[in-house]
Amino acid sequence: METYILLGFVLILSIYLGLELIAKVPSTLHTPLMSGANAISGIALVGALILSRDSDLQNTIAFFAVTFASINVFGGYLVTNRMLKMFKKK
Amino acid sequence: MTFLSEITAIQNIIYIFSSILFITGIKMLGKEDTAVKGNFFSALAMFVAVSITLIDVVNPIVLLSGIALGAVIGSFIALKVKMTSIPEMVALFNGFGGLATFLIAWSEFNSVPENLFQHILVMTTLYIGGVTFTGSLVAYAKLSEKIKIAKTSIITKIFTTIFYISLPFLLYSIFVTPFMVTSFDFFTVLLILTLLGGIGFVLPIGGGDMPVVISLLNSFSGIAAAFAGLLLLNNVLIVAGSLVGASGLILTVIMAKAMNRSISNILFVGYASSSASSSSSEEQGEVSPISVSDAYLILESASSVLIIPGYGMAVAQAQHVVRELGELLEDNGTEVKYGIHPVAGRMPGHMNVLLAEANVPYDVLAEPDDVNPTMDAVDVAVVIGANDVVNPSATEEPGSPIYGMPIIEVHNAKTVFVLKRSMSSGFAGVQNPLFFKQNTRMLFGDAKESIGGLVSEFKD
Repeated sequence: METYILLGFVLILSIYLGLELIAKVPSTLHTPLMSGANAISGIALVGALILSRDSDLQNTIAFFAVTFASINVFGGYLVTNRMLKMFKKK
Repeated sequence: MTFLSEITAIQNIIYIFSSILFITGIKMLGKEDTAVKGNFFSALAMFVAVSITLIDVVNPIVLLSGIALGAVIGSFIALKVKMTSIPEMVALFNGFGGLATFLIAWSEFNSVPENLFQHILVMTTLYIGGVTFTGSLVAYAKLSEKIKIAKTSIITKIFTTIFYISLPFLLYSIFVTPFMVTSFDFFTVLLILTLLGGIGFVLPIGGGDMPVVISLLNSFSGIAAAFAGLLLLNNVLIVAGSLVGASGLILTVIMAKAMNRSISNILFVGYASSSASSSSSEEQGEVSPISVSDAYLILESASSVLIIPGYGMAVAQAQHVVRELGELLEDNGTEVKYGIHPVAGRMPGHMNVLLAEANVPYDVLAEPDDVNPTMDAVDVAVVIGANDVVNPSATEEPGSPIYGMPIIEVHNAKTVFVLKRSMSSGFAGVQNPLFFKQNTRMLFGDAKESIGGLVSEFKD
């Protein structure tokens, strides 16, 4: 249980940190921020990699989880990069 | 210390490093000058976290091939997609992230949860991930106009009902099933209800409310990842997931504020029920149409022009001709600015991306608060395919459904050109008194053709 309390602590602090960091984002960057954040949510890839594999079903699930998370990661970062490259100052 | 626990220790240290990179990355992503670098840092963080995890996985070949497959598909989509299709692309990727957490929770359920807390986490992660997955797919289909189902249709009602059933069933799965032996396979039922419920969550939400929904789904996918982190006792998942959850939440709030509506009103009520009352206050009158050549003469003598794009510009694919017109005006000595409303378009910042694609520099893109105070000094405000975001009812008519919504107050400009296909009302279904104002001229027709006409007048 103590582990969960510690991890819960990390969770709350990170959310608070996130809110503080992004509170004043200019509207120009709303789309790239969203798509960049979306790519970060592909961190589920790390979770998918460490899944336990006690059965065939779990093996299959893990493979699909890895594949889809990886689409999210690669697609997300590339599309964000493409978008940001278009933003130019006068 | 055994060899295995040493590896775990090293991994955890690297995860801390990766978390710091994620935090730095997302911070830099919030500023124009550093955004590209920020995205790179966060990609680097991901690379580090994934690499260090891969060193002690059970069957690396299967997993690496999964990553490779995902990399090929993801990169292909990301590099092929047109900039106008960004909203649906983001929705689709978001859905895949949700699916991954959904699968993680599913797999963890099969490894038999040890305690009640784990059980709660599995169910919650599964639910949020699943709703994110199918909800994002529906958002994708709606945005790319692959499905068109009315809010009032029976299909929408069925799915919405399933969504409302899925919520109590989730609570049942969390709090009842661990203590009682159920006579049926509750988990399979939950899987199905979750996936169908996600469809019902997004299906009734209209196009103009999409910016809010996408932001919210974005936030969900982060929260789901953070919960999966709690489940797997993994720090980097928690930190990265929370950052995404927070950023999605901020965008959701910004979008809701820009519409002056509560999030629950957007998700569960919509405009349809409130707009009926407004038809009585419909202000009719004469509209004054204008021809392209007359519009040209006025624009040519204007010294400051404000362009207000809306979803109509995206539909007409007019952003390139708009940029061309802007440049010609500037060559003519006119000051050109763009007034961008936060909810114009189908996702947060949609207009900014389109204009950036057309090479409009971002420093001439202004927010409503920046342009409204000096609106009376603007000679011509050109409204291109925007409607609700310039509707003066929002400031003048307390009975209007959109009353209180912050708008771009173009009606205070000396002259307003409204480029529109027809007299139909905007997404909110509210009549726009702007069209009947003394200083408004309607330029009917396809936005791309009208602007193209202006451009060629300038060139002659």
